[in-house]
Amino acid sequence: MFPTDRRYTRDHEWAQKENGRVRIGITAFAAERLSDIVFVELPKVGAEVRAGAAFGAIESVKAASDLYAPVSGRVVEVNQAVIDGPEALNQDPHGSAWMVVMEMSAPEEWDQLLDSEAYAALVGAEQT
Amino acid sequence: MTRGAALRRSPLYEAHRAAGGRMVPFAGWEMPVQYAGLVEEHVAVRTRVGLFDVSHMGEILIEGPHALVAVQRLITNDVRPLAVGQGLYTPMCNPGGGVIDDLIVFRTADQEYLLIVNAGTRGQDLAWIQEHAAPAVVRDLSDEVALLALQGPRAESVLTAASGARLGALQPFHRLEGIAVQGVSVAVARTGYTGEDGFEIASARDAAPRVWEALIEAGRPHGLVPVGLGARDTLRLEAGLMLYGQDIDETTSPLEAPLAWTVKFDKEEFIGRPALERQRKEGVARRLVGFEADGRAIPRHGCEIRAAGERAGTVTSGTFSPSLRRPIGMGYVPRAASARGSGLEIEVRGSPVPARVVRLPFYRRTP
Repeated sequence: MFPTDRRYTRDHEWAQKENGRVRIGITAFAAERLSDIVFVELPKVGAEVRAGAAFGAIESVKAASDLYAPVSGRVVEVNQAVIDGPEALNQDPHGSAWMVVMEMSAPEEWDQLLDSEAYAALVGAEQT
Repeated sequence: MTRGAALRRSPLYEAHRAAGGRMVPFAGWEMPVQYAGLVEEHVAVRTRVGLFDVSHMGEILIEGPHALVAVQRLITNDVRPLAVGQGLYTPMCNPGGGVIDDLIVFRTADQEYLLIVNAGTRGQDLAWIQEHAAPAVVRDLSDEVALLALQGPRAESVLTAASGARLGALQPFHRLEGIAVQGVSVAVARTGYTGEDGFEIASARDAAPRVWEALIEAGRPHGLVPVGLGARDTLRLEAGLMLYGQDIDETTSPLEAPLAWTVKFDKEEFIGRPALERQRKEGVARRLVGFEADGRAIPRHGCEIRAAGERAGTVTSGTFSPSLRRPIGMGYVPRAASARGSGLEIEVRGSPVPARVVRLPFYRRTP
């Protein structure tokens, strides 16, 4: 269920390495839990974010949830399509509905992230 | 809710699980927050019909020759004009004019009144009523009664199909007993918490699954869906209805909330009357208003409201309105900022969101 080509956080974000950068989104588990997502608040290109700190927010009809950065660094790309059409998060959270691309400032943080197996176990524990 | 205390389950718990309901704790109960999805359920109620389990609500009976006097003393509204089978909405206030609960009271027999109260306040309501209703007889029926709500433009068609009863003549806030659904005797009231036409259907607790199943079956051709607490909240907020414990409580008065119409100063003495009379004479300092916000960040319960740059109040309820496709909410603001069209600023995650005071309700059904 959770792609093995990326890492995960306990706060239900995913992070995928590509060309020395990291693409970030929320997991299908988080999207399903939030459901009816109506608004996504993301940082601007150039913003510096710190691992574990809130860098944005997701509003569903029911509740608001902060987005936590999996790694520290600078935001180099923001997905305008997901800001314009946040409902995409309910359809393709692991693909087209990514949030931001970052340049890591502390590459050693990568090893702190969960692999897909560990994340699936975490989600399994939350579901029961 | 005491940590570790067991959550109560409705007689429909298994039916909710089978229907894919996601169960959450609510006012000491384990109830479904949603099934297929909040917005889908919301839209179904606005356009077709939805079925809610509201068995967590309490039912308290006041009866005997002293019942009328007791009810009149306990509530701010006036039940004297009610014929048997009629009801009304009312606050129940403390001596300071604060709201202990908001409830619906039906006159169910000549000397008998049935109060439908909130789940979270049931225990304290019962204690308060027992203290102030004597010598009238007070009985808590909550554990014996299950309550369903069938809401939406197709509700009457569904209930007629399930019961064979002609309901066209049943007026809002009127109640009929002895209707049969699948051989189960139910009481049907034309009431609800959604802003749509609909019914609240009371049965014996053990018989509730049969009634639920019969309504799901009868509703199938009408596109009926089960509806959870999530959509119940967005529906009631669009309809401008108060949520007890959030929009009103013991620190707020019905005259500050848009409930002045439920306070009848031309009836006999009632608890809270002197305080409310003083408020009426001197005017209240703040009012509960509805607001619409710009953008898509949603002001929610607890967000700070500012007016003219000053701290003005707090959001009591806020959500994204599925019908209006924008953020809406309610909150208390000083009277000077309460006029329709007044500009407000609401703090959401550290940023000010522009909003303005609008008329309640946000949504009104087309007749």
